[in-house]
Amino acid sequence: MNPQLTPDGRLKHLLTLDGLPRAILIQILDTAESFMDVGEREVKKVPLLRGKSIFNLFFEPSTRTRTTFEIAAKRLSADVVNLNIATSSQSKGETILDTVDNLAAMHADMFVVRHAQSGAAHFIARHVAPHISVVNAGDGRHAHPTQGLLDVFTIRRYKGAFHNLRVAIVGDLLHSRVARSQIHALTTLGVPEVRVIAPKTLLPAGVEHMGIKVYHDMEAGLRDCDVVIMLRLQNERMKGARLPSAQEYFKFYGLTPDKLALAKPDAIVMHPGPMNRGVEIDSEVADGPQSVILPQVTYGIAVRMAVMALLAGASA
Amino acid sequence: MPDSLPDAEALIARLADAIRPRLTPDTVLVGIHSGGVWVAERLHALLGISAPMGKLNISFYRDDFSRIGLHPQVKPSHLPFAVEGRCVIVVDDVFYTGRTVRAAMNELFDYGRPACIRLAVLVDRGGHELPIRPDFAGLNLDVAPEHNVDLSREQDGSLKLTLT
Repeated sequence: MNPQLTPDGRLKHLLTLDGLPRAILIQILDTAESFMDVGEREVKKVPLLRGKSIFNLFFEPSTRTRTTFEIAAKRLSADVVNLNIATSSQSKGETILDTVDNLAAMHADMFVVRHAQSGAAHFIARHVAPHISVVNAGDGRHAHPTQGLLDVFTIRRYKGAFHNLRVAIVGDLLHSRVARSQIHALTTLGVPEVRVIAPKTLLPAGVEHMGIKVYHDMEAGLRDCDVVIMLRLQNERMKGARLPSAQEYFKFYGLTPDKLALAKPDAIVMHPGPMNRGVEIDSEVADGPQSVILPQVTYGIAVRMAVMALLAGASA
Repeated sequence: MPDSLPDAEALIARLADAIRPRLTPDTVLVGIHSGGVWVAERLHALLGISAPMGKLNISFYRDDFSRIGLHPQVKPSHLPFAVEGRCVIVVDDVFYTGRTVRAAMNELFDYGRPACIRLAVLVDRGGHELPIRPDFAGLNLDVAPEHNVDLSREQDGSLKLTLT
């Protein structure tokens, strides 16, 4: 049984996109679509989660993800508490579960969890009382499901459908929880060709078994793509020398206007942020007409609203 | 209680006649998904209102969310005009407890402050639970709680009322 679903098949926790049925992904995207206009109204709020308490538990630093979760929760009228636990009682030796139990005793309804350890959100989801939902906001190298969802939401908004697309994911796949979630979402939604482009040292073992095409060369990999997703070079997660230098990396794998010209003329360029300009992406591309990097951030709010609304609804 | 309900299209024409004398230049129609939108589309044409009509989906404003969760098919609300200062006629198919209309009014106020809100319904079936009453009703019935009045759209696009 999928630990993310209730016995009647509704989404109870969002921990990973791996194994989530297509119908649930579509439901999240459609719900997000209906939240899109809330940000443009006079009152940028709907009363759906009035009286609910949502705790953002960030055991690892984040600006964009934490902020968009906070805005999403507030637009649903929930009460939001942000905890940056790297700087709080965990440093005094409290265990994760003690932290969670204490917050549950403050009548939490939902936890949004970011942690450097893969599996942290699953661990908390197994532990909490039945009325509490858990959203994984990124765990180690494992998954970042709301980022994967906002990426496919962005693709659907610009390309209309999934069945006729060629999507390339470029860069540091080894350390990327974002790429894993993107690949699960894209394949579940029926994208016929998902490519990954990376040096051998930045590819995880067994990547060829994920139903994707592997390229080590940008020229071949980008050719005729509809969507180019750049990944951040995660220097902070790298142990030992996997790359000669950032300059060398940019020369072979950085997205420049010349390389982007190999993709389809109407290809869109995406990046989950934060960007290393001049490392994985040229500023001219990041700020160019094919870039949808800032719309991704805006759509992230609607997608996170949809996830939180559906989770809170499943507790009913 | 009648076995068969009156023709929905005739009721809509009667409803339009009742609304017409009360129309002002700043009046706009807003239908509630799904049945209310069908009725509002008819009224919009019959009354010859030039401003486009709006559609409301009250799923995010329902008072039973914490009991039944999110409605499985959520369509976006769409109000192609500024609500501020307008006279809004909210249109629904069947008026029952009044909770849907309460939710619709809450949502309308999140778009702005209307000058007034009126309520037009095809059928008022009774069973009200809130101090909300329609200003215009095509038909008044007293239907027992175990029965349902439904508006459906046929293959050819015509509207039909049924009592089950």
